[in-house]
Amino acid sequence: PARDMAAAAAGLRALRRAAGPWAALGRRASSVPARIEEKRRAALLGGGPRRIEAQHRRGKLTARERILLLLDPDSFDEYDMFVEHRCSDFGMDADENKYFGDSVVTGRGRINGRLAYVFSQVCFSLMSPEILDFTVFGGSLSGAHAQKICKIMDQAALVGAPVIGLNDSGGARIQEGVESLAGYADIFLRNVLCSGVVPQISLIMGPCAGGAVYSPALTDFTFMVKDTSYLFITGPDVVKSVTNEDVTQEQLGGAKTHTAISGVAHRAFENDIDALLNLREFFNYLPLSNRDPAPVCECHDSSDRLVPELETVVPMESTKAYDMLDIIHAIVDEREFFEIMPFYARNIVVGFARMNGRTVGIVGNQPKVASGCLDINSSVKGARFVRFCDAFNIPLITFVDVPGFLPGTSQEYGGIIRHGAKLLFAFAEATVPKITIITRKAYGGAYDVMSSKHLRGDANYAWPTAEVAVMGAKGAVQIIFRGKQTDAEAEYVNKFANPFPAAMRGFVDDIIQPSTTRKRICHDLDVLASKAQSTPWKKHANIPL
Amino acid sequence: ETWPSRGYTNVLVKMPLSEGKEYGLLMLQATCCFFFSLQTFEKLLVANRGEIACRVIKTCKKMGIKTVAIHSDVDANAVHVQMADEAACVGPAPSGQSYLNMDAIMGAIRRTGAQAVHPGYGFLSENREFAKRLASEGVTFVGPDTHAIQAMGDKIESKLLAKNAKVNTIPGFDGVVKDADEAVRIAREIGYPVMIKASAGGGGKGMRIAWDDEETREGFRFSSQEAASSFGDDRLLIEKFIDNPRHIEIQVLADKHGNALWLNERECSIQRRNQKVVEEAPSTFLDPETRRAMGEQAVALAKAVKYSSAGTVEFLVDSSKNFYFLEMNTRLQVEHPVTECITGLDLVQEMIRVAKGYPLRHRQTDIPINGWAVECRVYAEDPYKSFGLPSIGKLTQYQEPLHLPSVRVDSGIQQGSDISIYYDPMISKLITYGSNRAEALKRMEEALDNYVIRGVTHNISLLREVIIHPRFVQGDISTKFLPEVYPDGFKGHKLTDPERRELLATAASLYVAEQLRSQLFYILQDHASGENGIPLAKSQRSSWELSVNLEDGVYPVTVSKSDSTFSPCLVSQQVEVDGMKLNVTGEWNLASPLLSVTVDGTQRTIQRLSRDASGNLSIQFLGTVYKLQILSQAAAELSKYMPEKAAEDTSSILRSPMPGTVVAVSVKPGDTVSEGQEICVIEAMKMQNSLAAAKTGKVKAVHCRAGDTVGEGDLLVELE
Repeated sequence: PARDMAAAAAGLRALRRAAGPWAALGRRASSVPARIEEKRRAALLGGGPRRIEAQHRRGKLTARERILLLLDPDSFDEYDMFVEHRCSDFGMDADENKYFGDSVVTGRGRINGRLAYVFSQVCFSLMSPEILDFTVFGGSLSGAHAQKICKIMDQAALVGAPVIGLNDSGGARIQEGVESLAGYADIFLRNVLCSGVVPQISLIMGPCAGGAVYSPALTDFTFMVKDTSYLFITGPDVVKSVTNEDVTQEQLGGAKTHTAISGVAHRAFENDIDALLNLREFFNYLPLSNRDPAPVCECHDSSDRLVPELETVVPMESTKAYDMLDIIHAIVDEREFFEIMPFYARNIVVGFARMNGRTVGIVGNQPKVASGCLDINSSVKGARFVRFCDAFNIPLITFVDVPGFLPGTSQEYGGIIRHGAKLLFAFAEATVPKITIITRKAYGGAYDVMSSKHLRGDANYAWPTAEVAVMGAKGAVQIIFRGKQTDAEAEYVNKFANPFPAAMRGFVDDIIQPSTTRKRICHDLDVLASKAQSTPWKKHANIPL
Repeated sequence: ETWPSRGYTNVLVKMPLSEGKEYGLLMLQATCCFFFSLQTFEKLLVANRGEIACRVIKTCKKMGIKTVAIHSDVDANAVHVQMADEAACVGPAPSGQSYLNMDAIMGAIRRTGAQAVHPGYGFLSENREFAKRLASEGVTFVGPDTHAIQAMGDKIESKLLAKNAKVNTIPGFDGVVKDADEAVRIAREIGYPVMIKASAGGGGKGMRIAWDDEETREGFRFSSQEAASSFGDDRLLIEKFIDNPRHIEIQVLADKHGNALWLNERECSIQRRNQKVVEEAPSTFLDPETRRAMGEQAVALAKAVKYSSAGTVEFLVDSSKNFYFLEMNTRLQVEHPVTECITGLDLVQEMIRVAKGYPLRHRQTDIPINGWAVECRVYAEDPYKSFGLPSIGKLTQYQEPLHLPSVRVDSGIQQGSDISIYYDPMISKLITYGSNRAEALKRMEEALDNYVIRGVTHNISLLREVIIHPRFVQGDISTKFLPEVYPDGFKGHKLTDPERRELLATAASLYVAEQLRSQLFYILQDHASGENGIPLAKSQRSSWELSVNLEDGVYPVTVSKSDSTFSPCLVSQQVEVDGMKLNVTGEWNLASPLLSVTVDGTQRTIQRLSRDASGNLSIQFLGTVYKLQILSQAAAELSKYMPEKAAEDTSSILRSPMPGTVVAVSVKPGDTVSEGQEICVIEAMKMQNSLAAAKTGKVKAVHCRAGDTVGEGDLLVELE
């Protein structure tokens, strides 16, 4: 309450002062309604025309323009427009260093009619609009700024609606000292508390450095804008002084780095508009909270559609690669697949699609890349995705063509055992409907991991091309006969390189014609919509992190 | 219902009993020797692949003949293999090792006990050696005998034979010409214009056209000099020059008893790189007399070589309807369906009957011209690159326009098939027919619009442009049609202003329909708590202000509902483009590849090929694919601030323009190359393409080796 009082007082002080030159326009006005109107106008103008222009010059939109494009027209209800920062050191209480809203716009609105809470940071220098370096302090996080964000996160958790952060911030506001750090921690805590309760999405639209990076890292999805957004703990200057490495912002923390090398970001988009429009589309896949079932959209694609091309998609030779995306596109509604992390650990494919209108999460081994084997990065990528789907009631469809885990010292030293266990853990603990299709290889431990019957798979199918075995015939025969009896390979192939051993034991529910896969999955999902499965009581599980 | 069985036809008669609910079944086995002729072969092997293999198998099924397909490794799942009763693998993908592999094919024949072989076209269809080997093993070759194949396969011998059979040949002189006066004398004899060149020079090299005596003297001087200096051979060729020739061919059918028929002509003038693209029967150009004269000469030639089976005599026809023998194809032609459409004959069936030794069952007077038929060859190729460079890929979606009347599609692929670099990139032959040419062409237009081909680039845009071009519609065509009509290359349909408005209105309506659909959620009950989630906010919008980007133009478009409903499926919208109001109506299933839209009363079938969240949309409209971007006015206003992305500098990298095999790489890292220097050679579908450096520089890296298979856009060589 003390804090709220302080905030209220600050708000009052703010009301008493005219905020900066932009609000000075109507200083003569004296009645309260007139003053409200005047301050509102000032707040809507943000940093003023020069700062807006500076932002545009950098190929970026302003905080309010971003909200305008993200949300349905006229659906934005803003909170805390009159909040301003409370710092008085270093001349921060000067009028020109204040403006309403304190460098973040927060509120709620609708995306295709569905509720979302949004904050949009305003990144530009408050002190001198000419200096375009974000490090000066623009968009930096003050106590008031953090408080505004926390308020909408609390609201979102309360009603059960997603939080979308449009990040464009210079990091902590140095002038505020520990108050700024406290603000970060307040946000982090809420990120963690909201995790698994409402979906949290971060769209990085500008620099995001230092402490600021951890909030996106805690959210479910981090998207970036190519060429204008960066994420790093410390910038190139510090890197140079500490490790003597020469590196550019783009190399250190650009969209390419994080979507292809580090795996920090899940997708990157061409520019602000592209990113916001894609975010709208992405939002439609998500339930509003963990209390909502997976959304069902109007679907024009028949659930009974046969997919004849799947009959020939798996090549005759089991050593030949094919594209798992061909299978996914052919099966899902209207070939629409929103892939997550398309350029990272490409040996596993994950993403969202719809089946008969209902959102599903898709996981598939990608035979085209590294034979579709599981390694450290693909296991972690898959595990995080599976856990998101499980947390938000999104059924999982798994396409299996996996020759096993990747051998080698780099993998073993890197802890493939520990990381591979994450994917195993994630599939095993998931209680959402789980449907698995073995398209070709399901070898060794990787067979168990990939949403097998043994991990509570609800519907497990094999295509006629499936081979469920401990390993490939060649390797198996070498071990069994120690290279003595080479003609045994054919026998092994005959015995194990087919779906029968698994089907005979009930480890796959049926061997299905590939062309009927879509139909089968749609029927299963209808039935499984009422699936209710529980796990023993626990505070939380202990996933091998 | 009828179905064949061992040369007979079973007839199943379904009779409605008790108010049509019950059906009594009555089976008859009738010997239909009138319709399906007599017993021919038990089993026939089709030594081909693709559409022609399927075509032959279809007739065999009708005749009750069991079929054997041959295939290469990569074709194991091909449609012709699925259709045949038996299949035999004859080798790996390259046709030299499979479809041309006589040993393997002979092996397959022995193994399966096939009594006859139909070679289709291409591959071994005109191979004398193959026909001989079949004969030696007592297997019937469905085609002419080896003598005819040999005679017609030789350019000189066939001309000589034609001359003897009193078939018009191109008048000419081949030998040593003493002086310019003699050249003029010869030219006058032949009649102007004439073509003069060195006999030893191949193709059109060093060719000169002379229209009068003066030009003949000049041509003589140049050509004789060149003949002496370049080839060391004084002989000159002076030949009648056929200006703007048409390519018209006569289908003949002959039996082993000396009977022969001509089955009218096919007009095949629309060609690119000597490959036919659009064919029709009959030709707009021939009058009955010319037709009869050509037909009779063709039959005379067939009789002269004791031809049996179906064959084609090709003629060049000049603008005054003089026709000259070009060559005879001793096989079934690709474009045979147009002849079948207008004559009602099944040429494959006739070929099989004749091969068995039956005499022809028609007389010349029985051969009609019923209506008009047009054939378009649908290729997996990019018509924007020299009228068609091959493209490969997987047919992710494929739907033939067979729901339309009077459409025939001969194809050998299906959804999911691969168009590979190993074989001809033809997807299908699309044939439409009608009681007259206009009707056939109208149906072709619709058929092309309703043809769904996704996953590979195709030439539908070119085909559709050709068949609606005023010159084509009037019948004013020649073998030079494409280069004459599109001197700067084909660039797709050129939109007129009303067409552009129609496209903009359609695209905007589609965009709005999609937006409306994305707001339709079914709210499911939360089964944990039994409560409903947060209610949806219903959109009250009645109009959409959009900005559409099309071909470098930006157009403001307003979409508003024209009645009370605003639904994604039943569209009825008023669209304002350029200040003009258009009414867009349609009943859309947004998942369907074909969308029927009516704009101000004009109905069209369009295809939406792709859309994305960023507002990009590609629509196939009037055959051509248009790329549009649709944004809300608000987003469009702001898009001017978005940074321009620098395009990749393509001068320092060399990418493969098409899928194919690398034949040779002429550089290695560190080499210095100059602009225009050959860097590597890519072979695709029997075409070698030399790729040259776009600038002078040092080679940084080479990413391919001779023998590699590369895809379109693959990085081959990088320069510094």
